[in-house]
Amino acid sequence: MTDQERERLMESVRRWQESVSAGHGAAAKAETSYGHEVSPLYTPLDGVEDYHRELGFPGEAPYTRGVQQTMYRGRLWTMRQYAGFASAEESNRRYRYLLEQGQTGLSVAFDLPTQVGYDSDHVMARGEVGRVGVAIDSLADMELLFDEIPLDKVSTSMTINAPAAVLLAMYIAVAEKQGIGPEKLRGTIQNDILKEYFARGTYIFPPVPSLRLITDTISYCSRNLARWNTISISGYHIREAGANAVQEVAFTLANAVTYVQAAVAQGQDIDEFGPRLSFFFNAQMNLLEEVAKFRAARRLWSRLMTELGAKDPRSLRLRFHTQTAGAALTAQQPLNNIARVTIQALAAALGGTQSLHTNSYDEALALPCEESVRIALRTQQVLGHETGITATSDPLGGSYYVESLTNDIEQRALDYLDKIKKMGGVVRAIEEGYVQREIQQSAYRVQKRIEGEDSIVVGVNRFKTDEEAPKNLLEVDPEMENRQRNKLAAVKRERDEAMVKECLGVLQEAAEGSANLMPPIIEAVRAYATLGEICGVLRETFGEYEAPTF
Amino acid sequence: MGKKIRVLIAKPGLDGHDRGARVIAQALRDAGMEVVYTGLRRTPEQVVSAALQEDVDVIGLSSLSGAHIGLFSRVAELLMEKKRTDILLLGGGIIPDKDREVLMAKGFDGIFTPGTTMKEIVTFIEENRGTAK
Repeated sequence: MTDQERERLMESVRRWQESVSAGHGAAAKAETSYGHEVSPLYTPLDGVEDYHRELGFPGEAPYTRGVQQTMYRGRLWTMRQYAGFASAEESNRRYRYLLEQGQTGLSVAFDLPTQVGYDSDHVMARGEVGRVGVAIDSLADMELLFDEIPLDKVSTSMTINAPAAVLLAMYIAVAEKQGIGPEKLRGTIQNDILKEYFARGTYIFPPVPSLRLITDTISYCSRNLARWNTISISGYHIREAGANAVQEVAFTLANAVTYVQAAVAQGQDIDEFGPRLSFFFNAQMNLLEEVAKFRAARRLWSRLMTELGAKDPRSLRLRFHTQTAGAALTAQQPLNNIARVTIQALAAALGGTQSLHTNSYDEALALPCEESVRIALRTQQVLGHETGITATSDPLGGSYYVESLTNDIEQRALDYLDKIKKMGGVVRAIEEGYVQREIQQSAYRVQKRIEGEDSIVVGVNRFKTDEEAPKNLLEVDPEMENRQRNKLAAVKRERDEAMVKECLGVLQEAAEGSANLMPPIIEAVRAYATLGEICGVLRETFGEYEAPTF
Repeated sequence: MGKKIRVLIAKPGLDGHDRGARVIAQALRDAGMEVVYTGLRRTPEQVVSAALQEDVDVIGLSSLSGAHIGLFSRVAELLMEKKRTDILLLGGGIIPDKDREVLMAKGFDGIFTPGTTMKEIVTFIEENRGTAK
């Protein structure tokens, strides 16, 4: 734009704004999730100033327009529904059902005892076994979980953090039994401990040994599992805990920077592990803001990695999985959630996601039933095959509003990153409760806006109807817990006890020293040492994290 | 003005979702109550012992992991054993109607599910504390 054109446009915008403020609609306010006022009109004055620097091309830095050149033209996003409940056998049936229905990747949900490193017979596991995911105590459960699923043909994402190294070791051992080498395995472990301390809650060990477990798995995978995503740095749960879009980007990338620095400090080459880092974001209701958020996150990561010393372009690409927002689902008029999920999924696709989980409409009531899971998957298939949004990369690029929001979210996230850096890093910010307080304030603000009807939620604070309690909710058999305990007892009876002892001894020695922990963990799981036993050894050596309360 | 209402907000079990618990704690504080939040991963025994130690009028339990029947019931039983059913006992989370009835029969005074407003909970506590069975 020439200076003259700019002058002329500014003049026109002023004239237009004056005519609006005299008329209808001027008093109505609108704002973003992070409280920034939205203007009724955006023009070229608000958009892109330097195309090459700010946007570039799909598949090229700074990756604002996407990480692949032709995005979904070449291949649709991976449709990956997070599932797993009760026993390994039942979860295995659900996975095979989803694969038959056209799903293209698996995503394993573990129950809470597994996620915090307790066996099913531990006192803290009471009532929680098999509730929110599958119970895995030993390699025997993992063998059942992937029975007749060829691990060289599927990619598997495992939502596991504190004991991620142990579950990865079990996956490697199951593949081995199928005759498949680790180099052929494709998938992801979440392995992102920092957000557990302030947003998701399944921590075990304090930050320093937790970071070591993460850098050990990253290093092991660099050498042995070249196609494995070693970590999925997750904003999803940060957003679910109440953060706004800016906080989601900022805290996620702050965590990511911490992992990169930890791995580099351990002597690893940033361009060796950088390309295997992956991310996981939330898709909320505000369609255009969410698209801008994904674009801003990509651009910011590309810049941060460059600053951290990455040279390989593949290290600069922010590849991410998306899940639609659980917290946006309503228990009231649950079928309305199908419309919500569609819009959130659209935001993820327009934002350039690499894989997607769509929530089921009944999840504010219970774990999803088979019908609701199928509709959720079909929603993705409709978007992918019927809407035409896949024809071109970054279809909203160049929208004055979306570009303006992209700039705004990036700048505000950068401000948070600077602030956290000044506080001494994200671990300090967590220990001081800063991150927790920021998120809590946003969550409280959202709830107050709903109750004050500043935000409308259909069926909740407006357009209410009397409705009957929904039927067909999934129930977990309460006897499941006993059956799982019996299975565990049988495994312990049949294994070579001396071998287990020896493996656990070797692991303890490694934990006390500085050797990579993956090899002794793999040896231990092969000998059918349980998850609880392995984490027990690490608990003894590393200690346990005690969260500060606010 | 009487003595401030004292509330314990607790997360029994392994569930890590505490957005609801934290938001409610904040709302009750803003309504003039004194609130203690236990943090995550408490056993029912720890919850009841904290409640007695803090001398609270109200206990609010939160669980979204589906483990509410076992964990919440145990808290109710322990209060019964300690003869402290005067404490108003509330629960919240993803709790199906069928389970709500079970819990009410075990001695809960209120079960709140998604869509409940903070104001409804504040009003419920103000109107019902001290009147519990």
